[in-house]
Amino acid sequence: MNSIVANAKKLNSSPAKSNKVDRSAFPILDVKNLEVTYFTDAGRAVALDDVSFSLKAGEKLGIVGESGSGKSTLALAMMRMIKSPGRIESGKVIVGGDDLIELSPEEMRQARLQKISYIPQGAMNSLNPVIRIGAQMVDAVRAHMPDESKSEVYDRCINSLRSVDLPASVFKMHPHELSGGMKQRVCIAIGILLQPQVIIADEPTSALDVVTQRQVMETIDKVQKQINAAVILIGHDMGLMAQFVDKVAVMYAGRLVEVCTVREMFTDPKHPYSKALINCLPNLKNKGVFQGIPGLAPSLLRLPGGCAFNPRCESVMDICKTQRPEVATLDGGRVVTCHKFTGEA
Amino acid sequence: MISLILRRLGFLMLIIWSASTIIFFIPRLSSVNPVRERFAELSRLTGYAPDDLEKIVQSFNKQFGLDLPLWQQYIDYLGNVITLDFGYSLNRYPTTVVELIAQSLPWTIGLILFATILSFIIGNLLGAVAAWPRAPRWLRNTALPFVLLMGVPPVLVGVLLLFFVGFQLKFLPLGGAYSIGLLPEMSWSFALDLLRHQILPALSLVLGSIGGWVLTMRGMGITIQGEDYVNFAEHKGLSGHRIFFDYYLRNAMLPQVTAFGLALGTVVTSAIIVEGLFALPGVGTVLINAIRANDFPVIYGIVLFITISIAVIMTLLEFLYPLLDPRINNE
Repeated sequence: MNSIVANAKKLNSSPAKSNKVDRSAFPILDVKNLEVTYFTDAGRAVALDDVSFSLKAGEKLGIVGESGSGKSTLALAMMRMIKSPGRIESGKVIVGGDDLIELSPEEMRQARLQKISYIPQGAMNSLNPVIRIGAQMVDAVRAHMPDESKSEVYDRCINSLRSVDLPASVFKMHPHELSGGMKQRVCIAIGILLQPQVIIADEPTSALDVVTQRQVMETIDKVQKQINAAVILIGHDMGLMAQFVDKVAVMYAGRLVEVCTVREMFTDPKHPYSKALINCLPNLKNKGVFQGIPGLAPSLLRLPGGCAFNPRCESVMDICKTQRPEVATLDGGRVVTCHKFTGEA
Repeated sequence: MISLILRRLGFLMLIIWSASTIIFFIPRLSSVNPVRERFAELSRLTGYAPDDLEKIVQSFNKQFGLDLPLWQQYIDYLGNVITLDFGYSLNRYPTTVVELIAQSLPWTIGLILFATILSFIIGNLLGAVAAWPRAPRWLRNTALPFVLLMGVPPVLVGVLLLFFVGFQLKFLPLGGAYSIGLLPEMSWSFALDLLRHQILPALSLVLGSIGGWVLTMRGMGITIQGEDYVNFAEHKGLSGHRIFFDYYLRNAMLPQVTAFGLALGTVVTSAIIVEGLFALPGVGTVLINAIRANDFPVIYGIVLFITISIAVIMTLLEFLYPLLDPRINNE
């Protein structure tokens, strides 16, 4: 654990990053106007539409939204792992000054895990069943640091395992010998092996029970503090988000409809969709009443004109049906994409 | 672990016993007496029929133990199987069956086993590549002609190869294990000559069988390439060939290893056809000659030998599985 911190310091003090400016003031991750399209037989589906946000080192952003709203696509786009028939049409993903979208495939391969790492959704199946955990970790390190000595690689892996509270003995085990929570923690351990600046966790707690969910989230929290990475947490559990992230971004039909702090989100949601989401959370006052959002999430192939949320929106206006709302930045850096607020910006 | 090995070995013994029992009884359901048949054939060929043919037959029956009651023959036979003593060939007396097998087996192993392994490797690699989305398109389509060839029986491929490459182009010899006039010896020129004679038979076996491996492997590959661990391997920034071999191919291979064990069972059928076509002195040729001549001991010997070999190979594969797939436990 100590050596992880030491390594992190070493990494931070490497010549490229030794400018004495306080780095925490600048965003370490800057996503600009990212657009991803899937070309399907039924037509062109815009899965990410003009997505922009930024994160500082040590910040945690939660991305919430319904299934199919583009959360996972956003994660994959940032890793440049969008597979055919999908394509990144435009935009920038700037991590520590470099635009990932501009990198060559080989440079991008190097950047994965080293600059930006991904903790997968289905941890149950994310480890190769026929290879030992240790070998899979060593593989990951070797792919980026072929010259590091065997014992250094080993120490790095063991430290990483320790920092996610797994015993060193896991190194010699096979995935089927571990529980679901342990597998998820192994995935986190792999994700932090090279102290990336950005960690994307795509629903890291899906298919885990609540006790294990807590352990996994605390583990992410802990390792993030150790290496001071920016974390993007993708999920649909607002309650879980509220406890762990600093900022929340709400996605709807491929767009970020609102980005704000957790406190703002829960006390004063601006966008009607965020409002509806917050109202869905059960509370003690209206016990026994199931709140939902009327209607269904639209198909990306047949988005409603204007604002994609207009058919389900409570405070729909005429303009919502014809004109696409632009991103508006409110006081305090809140971002809302809704006609109700475009005038205020 | 010890108990597992003992259990497996016990099972192996059971298979060998039942195989040898079936092999013992089936030919005996036939009313043909091989000795009488042999002498009848001799007299047909030579035009001379001895008066006391029955006496000769009787004495041979006695010598081969064919006059004993069936159960007695069976007990003796089982004892012989245990000591790998399959007796004498009736047709080529006094050559023993074991000698015949020993002479012909190296040819069969050299050619057919080699061809089976070769087509297994090529077919699986091509199939794996065909299902791999990151492989270049031309490479992914390389497997296609082999899938088409799959529909052509190996005999036909063999005949076509013989006709075009051997007969018309005269690139390669038409048949035989080595050129007439040469004696088997340890020299480069002989080895080269031997190799030249094996190319066409090997090709006729390999060309037709690659397609099967391609199709099964491709199906498996399509499943595996969508697995989370293959994706995660890419997220880890592993190089393409690393993901291909360690994360994708290794997992897709598992059912193919079982299929390989089963494919070995067809080696014999291939041997009979291809060795016959190219006049190679392998087990297949010996077997077909023995069947033609009602040479029971040789038929027993070879069929039993092949059964035992395949049972042994399958048992070995079974011990190999836990090494290939740690989820298969030794319990």
